[in-house]
Amino acid sequence: MISKWVQYFLAALIPALLPGIAGAERYNLQAPQSLIAHEIYDLHTLIFLICCAIFVVVFGTMTYSIIKHRKAAGHKAAQFHENTTVEIIWTVVPFIILIGMAIPATKTILAMKDTSNPDITIKATGYQWKWGYDYLHDGVSFYSSLATPRDLVTDKSPEGAKKRAEHANYLLEVDNPVVVPVGKKIRVIITANDVIHAWWVPAFGVKQDAIPGFVRDTWFRADKVGIYRGQCAELCGKEHGFMPIVVEVVEQEKYDQWIAEQKKKTAANAAASGTMDGKAVYEKYCVACHGTGVAGAPKLGDKAAWAPRLKQGQEVLYTHALKGFKAMPPKGGAADMSDAVIKATVDYLSAAGK
Amino acid sequence: MEAAHTHDHAHGHDDHAHHPTGLMRWVTTTNHKDIGTLYLLFSLTMFFIGGLLAFGIRAELFQPGLQYWEPEFFNQLTTMHGLIMVFGAIMPAFVGFANWQIPMMIGAPDMAFARMNNWSFWLLPPAAILLVSSFFVPGGAPAAGWTIYAPLSTQMGPGMDLGIFALHIMGASSIMGSINIVTTILNMRAPGMTLMKMPLFVWTWLITAYLLIAVMPVLAGAITMVLTDRHFGTNFFNAAGGGDPVMFQHIFWFFGHPEVYIMILPAFGIVSQVIPAFARKPLFGYASMVYATSSIAILSFIVWAHHMFTTGMPAAGQLFFMFATMLIAVPTGVKVFNWIATMWKGSMTFETPMLFACGFLFVFSMGGFTGLVCAITPIDIQIQDTYYVVAHFHYVLVAGSLFAIFSGTYFWLPKWTGHMYSETLGKAHFWLSIVFFNITFFPMHFLGLAGMPRRIPDYAMQFTDFNMIASIGALGFGLAQLLFVAAIVKCARGGEKAPANPWEGADTLEWTLPSPAPYHSFVTPPVIK
Repeated sequence: MISKWVQYFLAALIPALLPGIAGAERYNLQAPQSLIAHEIYDLHTLIFLICCAIFVVVFGTMTYSIIKHRKAAGHKAAQFHENTTVEIIWTVVPFIILIGMAIPATKTILAMKDTSNPDITIKATGYQWKWGYDYLHDGVSFYSSLATPRDLVTDKSPEGAKKRAEHANYLLEVDNPVVVPVGKKIRVIITANDVIHAWWVPAFGVKQDAIPGFVRDTWFRADKVGIYRGQCAELCGKEHGFMPIVVEVVEQEKYDQWIAEQKKKTAANAAASGTMDGKAVYEKYCVACHGTGVAGAPKLGDKAAWAPRLKQGQEVLYTHALKGFKAMPPKGGAADMSDAVIKATVDYLSAAGK
Repeated sequence: MEAAHTHDHAHGHDDHAHHPTGLMRWVTTTNHKDIGTLYLLFSLTMFFIGGLLAFGIRAELFQPGLQYWEPEFFNQLTTMHGLIMVFGAIMPAFVGFANWQIPMMIGAPDMAFARMNNWSFWLLPPAAILLVSSFFVPGGAPAAGWTIYAPLSTQMGPGMDLGIFALHIMGASSIMGSINIVTTILNMRAPGMTLMKMPLFVWTWLITAYLLIAVMPVLAGAITMVLTDRHFGTNFFNAAGGGDPVMFQHIFWFFGHPEVYIMILPAFGIVSQVIPAFARKPLFGYASMVYATSSIAILSFIVWAHHMFTTGMPAAGQLFFMFATMLIAVPTGVKVFNWIATMWKGSMTFETPMLFACGFLFVFSMGGFTGLVCAITPIDIQIQDTYYVVAHFHYVLVAGSLFAIFSGTYFWLPKWTGHMYSETLGKAHFWLSIVFFNITFFPMHFLGLAGMPRRIPDYAMQFTDFNMIASIGALGFGLAQLLFVAAIVKCARGGEKAPANPWEGADTLEWTLPSPAPYHSFVTPPVIK
């Protein structure tokens, strides 16, 4: 039994050792694409190898003891115990090893925290459940939502599984990626609108919680042109798994072109949002809860559910919608809408509930 | 140790006891052994409920796409799995051990506050009913993760309120249980049993009980603030009202990190009883084990923010919490080295308790190594909230706490039931558990490193194969636990008669009592020389 156990354990150990040595991508951190990500990668490899060495020494000893010092092998128990010298050695030696780990880690922490002198500053805002981006110096703003169709996610048929497997970048694609120039220091200012989210792009070694009401920052400088993908890393409600982050790193000229296009688009969007009517706002924002009735939300047109609410009077409903109520965030999550548009939306919902 | 004298006395007393029979015996009992049994059975029940939820999680994650659950229900599954396992399964199991073993190991007749003991147990079933019934209220069970981070937790439906009340009640139960344990240990030891002569299990529980008294009120504060934010217009965690969402995390983890040690220190205690018994050799460094346990407990109060490196604290904060966290590796290392030095040149046999203790050493230490990896702030920035962390805490909580619970159960079952358990069943339980445990959780390290976030109901294609392996492992691990129930039931119903001390190397006081231990033991305290 025992030797089988040892065999099993060695079998588990070998794949565990592989990543550090071979750098096999699927067993390890994603290929680093920034200075910080490189440092994190090397730090992980270093600590991983130290841990493996300790593991081999400590559990080699234990395994030897298990094999040799068994009653079945006729071993008689020694009765020694308490040895201050040994105790001091196995307290001091790990302490020294830890100092060896802490020094490079400290250097990396200080480098990660240095967000000074950026070339470009982008504000990322977490919403339930998408990301909003503002290029602070260029006045460019847009939302970035999951581009994978919902039908594909929920398709339970065998073809669905096949289609998902063939779908490139399933759940890791967005309609509007963040675009940045290669080799430039990008500072990302991160906040949230409703609950805590986290902006994470593994290839850049960047993960920062997005906290409503507070602003945090982080930075990266992309080594190479390419498309890098990450996900929201802090549980933020039901669609937490469906708000990816895509960063497209391009040459400077392409970036300049892109910014010019975006400026035009942003101007056009700003003009359009003032003209949305209650129905359009409902269909874009409210439907997520009021269409399905989750979290106690009264469904559109459900007269029984609306009756007690309508009794409170339209002013109360306006206040609830604007300031948030129970599970509903302020403005139902449509933070960029004017108060007048929100009130029109309340009117639309209450008319349907009468 | 004057054990023989005590037996006669205990036996005589037993004849005169007029305790109710049937159901009322269990409802009204103030006997530490009955209450210990109640705690253990409660914990076993919750373990299977929590396990069922884990099946739900792994079934959904078996392949990409949403197969069985809507995302909101998936979040309820992960949240409730965590809450039930932490507060319903692991913690009460250790209190069950404390109830059964501490009086017998220190030569006391019962717990210090016998009636309060009854009350602290009977608070748990109503709390569990509240918690589980939250699935059936509109909006469903809490779905903000077991950490119930605000402001997400202020968005939830009434299920969150039920969860908060359940946690309050469980917290009250824990505090009462801990006061009882501290009082019992400090006041009711047999004459001659100085603190430094106590079995290590008693020591670890003494320290754990202090941790519980210190931090359960902190949790109560945090969840009360969530409750008032939800219903009474306060803004503790609402930035728009001048509050701070990150403050919730500071308060929660000030409770949460000591909580982690609350779930592992008694496990260290059990392993420290089992290894010397089966190595037939005294524990290598008793005093240093006591000091190491105390150091871990003290350090646990100054490391909480390592759960929060990504919230964006200043560099000085990150450095302090990184260094403090790394320090914990030192006393933890001391413990592992001590256990191995105890095994060294012993005369070991490998009955089921020893198998689980050795399994604990191997696999818990792997969780210790990944814990060190997570302590390094820059690395943690990458792996925080990924499956790497899921793998890490299951290595310490399942292979650590749970394996120690298994080890302790098999170790003391003969004393509790008067019968030997079936070695065949026990060994099968061990081998299946350790193999399927690793099949389930080892691939999660790879998933986390490669970038799979935790708490997501669906994932990108590159994570498919490791998720499939983990789901298969989880099914096997869950089914293997049926053997545990089989072993316990078989042992309780009969089997080979257990002698007073079935283990050659076990030398603590409970083994001087006959098996099963009499209903009232050590009515006259033994004298420890």
